[in-house]
Amino acid sequence: MDGMPVYRINVLIENKPYISDPEGDTIRKDLVVKGGYHNVKSIRVAKMLKVEVEANSAEDAKDTVRRMCEDLRLYNPVLSVCKIVESGL
Amino acid sequence: MHIAYHVSLIGIVVFPGSNCDRDIYHVLKNIMHVDVEFIWHKREDLNCYYDAIVIPGGFAYADRLRAGIIAAFSPVMQAVKRLARDGVPVIGICNGFQILVESGLLPGAFMRNDSLTFTCRWTMLRLNVNGSRTPFTLLLKKGTRLNIPVANQEGKYYVDDDTLKEMEKNEQIVFKYEDNPNGSLYDIAGVCNAEGNVLGMMPHPERACEMILAPSSSTNLSTNTGYGDGILIFRSLIEYLQGKQKVSI
Repeated sequence: MDGMPVYRINVLIENKPYISDPEGDTIRKDLVVKGGYHNVKSIRVAKMLKVEVEANSAEDAKDTVRRMCEDLRLYNPVLSVCKIVESGL
Repeated sequence: MHIAYHVSLIGIVVFPGSNCDRDIYHVLKNIMHVDVEFIWHKREDLNCYYDAIVIPGGFAYADRLRAGIIAAFSPVMQAVKRLARDGVPVIGICNGFQILVESGLLPGAFMRNDSLTFTCRWTMLRLNVNGSRTPFTLLLKKGTRLNIPVANQEGKYYVDDDTLKEMEKNEQIVFKYEDNPNGSLYDIAGVCNAEGNVLGMMPHPERACEMILAPSSSTNLSTNTGYGDGILIFRSLIEYLQGKQKVSI
């Protein structure tokens, strides 16, 4: 251990906006709207990975996670977009 | 005159979670009478032992993260990529198709079926290219209909517009569904790479080789011979491999 701090980084993987999301549509149409929440206009399902990384700074941690996502195709760029955000220590 | 063929050896890649590997072994060994071997996913070097590779269906690595993605990074797939680059015929069926897509050997991506459910039923495919386009369709005429079942949850093929146009121009859209079971773009059931030696298909030909498994709706040329339509995929491959041997003799 070199005593580097650990950063918590969230990776949010979701389909591109123009790609249909039947799961989100079903949740909205058959559960949420039928349950009375008529003002809910859209639900999109996403996948989140909570990652802990040792790094010198939050920027370094996010950079590592970004490279990891690209190199190992943690998201499929044909279908999805990937957002990388720090969730705080 | 007797022509002696070199015996072809076909490799079936096995991942933790593959579950159609033995069905394919049965078809190749007991119906087609060719030499066939299982290849465990940790193998890094396949050298030139194999004349063709089959990536079977199942749930490699339990489909974690995304169907096919973890398998795509396995040691054996790096070796399969090298063989594919050398022109060795490679077929990925169902999960095998997903693995080929995630490996970058085939274009596109897979999504959850429109129904959101696992869909297991017989479908009717149509060959959308000339049979000579791939080693696995060699014996078929363009437009041939094949009755072969699908069994998938992430079987909805997707590709962006520009790539689709290019694939159409290059005759890479090999099979189309007549009765799209999962919402696949452009009714796509199977595609090949630009070179034609790598084919991915969602339906399972190995489950449609014997009449005991095939439904009465299989009214194709093959039904008269006591086999289901799926056998034509494997017969085509063997024909292709034997043709290559003849040339090399």
